[in-house]
Amino acid sequence: MTDQLFLLDGETAPPMANGEIIFEAPWQSRVFGMAQSLSQTGHYQWDEFRAYLIEDIKDWEQQHSAEERGHYPYFDLFLESLTRLLNDKSMVARAEIQSRTSAFAERPHGHDHVHDQGDGHSH
Amino acid sequence: MTDHASPQSIRTEAIESLLIEKDLLTADAVDAVIKTYTERVGPMNGAKLVARAWTDPDFKARLLTDATSVVEEYQFEGGQVEKLIVRECTAFDHHVVVCTLCSCYPWAVLGLPPAWYKDPAYRSRIVSEPRQVLAEMGLNLSESTRINVWDSSAEIRYLVLPKRPEGSEALSEAELAEMVTRDAMIGVAQVHLP
Repeated sequence: MTDQLFLLDGETAPPMANGEIIFEAPWQSRVFGMAQSLSQTGHYQWDEFRAYLIEDIKDWEQQHSAEERGHYPYFDLFLESLTRLLNDKSMVARAEIQSRTSAFAERPHGHDHVHDQGDGHSH
Repeated sequence: MTDHASPQSIRTEAIESLLIEKDLLTADAVDAVIKTYTERVGPMNGAKLVARAWTDPDFKARLLTDATSVVEEYQFEGGQVEKLIVRECTAFDHHVVVCTLCSCYPWAVLGLPPAWYKDPAYRSRIVSEPRQVLAEMGLNLSESTRINVWDSSAEIRYLVLPKRPEGSEALSEAELAEMVTRDAMIGVAQVHLP
């Protein structure tokens, strides 16, 4: 595995504010990390993922007014792009993801299965 | 945090569990990407600035008087810094950065902010009892060292120029840059020889 990280710029740039990338929830950094990791280990080329993301962003923009454009839910689309690519590459079928998601959603209330999203610091 | 209840969060978790079962991914690899992104890639830009300032007095003078234009020349990936101010630690003065309002952070020079930077406890306590908080984070400063706390905003970001470690005179700029950590550039740690 290499340490190479893949950049997303131009139309696929993640949301930024005042020079900061915005992860609004831990799952967003998680899905970001998964997409990069799978590419690092050679399961697909980064450009393939990037092309899926461009497509999903374009689709979203076509379905929304000019006013809403530019405020697209970046990581929602990122998650959809990864789902679609995994399905098309026969890595994980969409149906499998759907049934696992349903199963997880039905876990008893109070079930806490959040991954440690921290960075090792514990303050 | 109620994140685990959101549909996207559950779907992300489902995908990760399936990928792990199929041996396509490990949770450690995902952790590593996030860790690399937060601790290595971003902070390297800042580390280069620090190492050059340690070895080039003219550059250091420029960095301390007009960091914004110095950083512009570097054209770092990751968006522009609105206005960057660099504060130099000395034997008498220590500097530490916080954003009391939210989590403003010089992303272009330091990468993604660490989780604790956004922690309300850090944001309030570093102002009211900095010496105590720094000690809890492993940085014990002598009573004679003054601690200056700088509050970031959307308009102004701060970067700490840590003290160059003693005994590092023989090291090259690149070797020095390797030693500079993100935490030292926030001001919650010092740089030590490996």
